Amino acid sequence: MGEDFETVIGLECHVELSTRTKMFCGCRNEFGAPPNTNVCPVCLGLPGSLPVPNERAIEYIVRIGLALDCEILRYSLFHRKNYFYPDMPKNFQISQYDLPICVKGHLDVQVDGQTHRVGITRVHMEEDTGKTTHAGASGRIAQAEYALIDYNRAGVPLVEVVSEPDIRSPEVARAYFNELRSTLEALDVSDVRMEEGSLRCDANISVRPAGSPEYGTKVEIKNLNSVRSLERALKYEQERQVAALRTGEKLVQETRHFDEGTGTTHTLRSKEEAFDYRYFPEPDLPPLEPDTEWVEKIRGALPELPAARRARFERELGLAPRQTTLVGASKATADFLEEAIDLGAPAAAVANWMTQDLSGLLNKARIELPESKVTPQHIADLIRLVEESTISVTAAKQVLEEAFETGKPIEEIVETRGLRQVTDTSALEAWVVEAIAENPEPVEQFRAGKDGAINFLVGQVMKKSRGAANVRTVQELLRAKLSGS
Amino acid sequence: MPVEIDIDHVAKLARLDLTAEEKERLRAQLGLILEYAAKVGEAAGADVPPSAYAIPRANVLRPDEPVPSLSREEVLANAPEREADRFKVPPIAEVG
Ligand SMILES: [Zn+2]
Repeated sequence: MGEDFETVIGLECHVELSTRTKMFCGCRNEFGAPPNTNVCPVCLGLPGSLPVPNERAIEYIVRIGLALDCEILRYSLFHRKNYFYPDMPKNFQISQYDLPICVKGHLDVQVDGQTHRVGITRVHMEEDTGKTTHAGASGRIAQAEYALIDYNRAGVPLVEVVSEPDIRSPEVARAYFNELRSTLEALDVSDVRMEEGSLRCDANISVRPAGSPEYGTKVEIKNLNSVRSLERALKYEQERQVAALRTGEKLVQETRHFDEGTGTTHTLRSKEEAFDYRYFPEPDLPPLEPDTEWVEKIRGALPELPAARRARFERELGLAPRQTTLVGASKATADFLEEAIDLGAPAAAVANWMTQDLSGLLNKARIELPESKVTPQHIADLIRLVEESTISVTAAKQVLEEAFETGKPIEEIVETRGLRQVTDTSALEAWVVEAIAENPEPVEQFRAGKDGAINFLVGQVMKKSRGAANVRTVQELLRAKLSGS
Repeated sequence: MPVEIDIDHVAKLARLDLTAEEKERLRAQLGLILEYAAKVGEAAGADVPPSAYAIPRANVLRPDEPVPSLSREEVLANAPEREADRFKVPPIAEVG
């Protein structure tokens, strides 16, 4: 993208709370239950039913608001958002309008060592909708013959976090999203699983000539199912919009759909004109008036947030900022580090294994740490065996690969593969003598003063030991033999 | 004070296809209903803030404890159509 344009991005993230029950009724809030089994008159919107807010859900949203440095409004209202779409059986969704629970916060994110502050416009409470499956020959929405609906998800507590249009690049958007996710994880208010839909995100993006005080034409992108999709879609859309501005093509304000397969966005055809949701106060739900004492009690009980945890890793464990960014990127990785340390491994070594070899294996397999078979115990054992010189670093890398594949204990892998280093000189001596006898040429070269020739002999001994010999011991023995005799 | 109703807009929002005769009749009726409701505004003094609620209550919450849901047959009893365990509805072109 050219230097002469500036990108403006804002994100709207939806978070399903991990309460036991739904937002306004006692139906269970669980993923994967058989269709239409967690449904009652309230979430079905039957006449005469009365919604009552879930106390824990309100506590969770206040937690989120406080973690994002928001102001918690002392008077907040639920509104009905009216629309015709069968994912809500009552033709409206309970949401919040002009008086959300939390307003005016911010989240700081780091990209390449630079801090970017992203303003949070609002954090409001609403209910999730049912799950619609479009059925028909092609499986595409536009050509569906009919739709099937499961209302288990209808009424699940949903929090929407709306950012200010403060984000200036797809990379910062990704960092913001990751930081928000790990913050929610630390707060223990949601499963934050994008693949299960418990964390979803829509993006607004526009570009404008650099230095322009006015915003360009805004496009909303939907169907962002992973962090990778978010960044890819924004990069694509940024280029598309810049190209349009360069050629003088007119951009329209619209909603576009991201296609994972092609990596492109396309217009969602809409017959509707601008939506009129006719928001009005939900008459069945009295206002929320959280008192100061309760809010302060929640603030006092907030856990250590990701930024503070990373700072502590730098301060107390002596990790480099580069490492803490990687290791502190999610609750899972930070917990992994601390568990391995608790098992006796030095912090620096754990961080090195995590950010290098383990991270490489995860990237290659395209999975996240919690999905892998490697545990903190594996890493702690690996580090201990290397430190005790029981295995070489090279062998340790192989052992980790196998542990990654199979999840087998480290010691078992070392034994079955015979990777235990031989440091016992009597066992090594025989190989050293053999190697010298079998390779007169390098021996001659070494004696003639070509020091590098010894490497060939070391290699031969290592080969004979099937990698089990300790390289340093082999070198010492070879030098002693060659100069002595 | 008569209240003007944009009956075409209201009908559109409610997804109703009204005849000209129905539009006239409903415009008049809706106007009367709003006029009637507007009387509340006349009665309230300047010291009464507008509210959507009849009783001054706040923070009515329930504990996060599950209660039994309906049986699936009860849930689907009012479905216009069903396929296996789910509600079956006409195709949806619009993504909201
Ligand atoms: Zn329910």
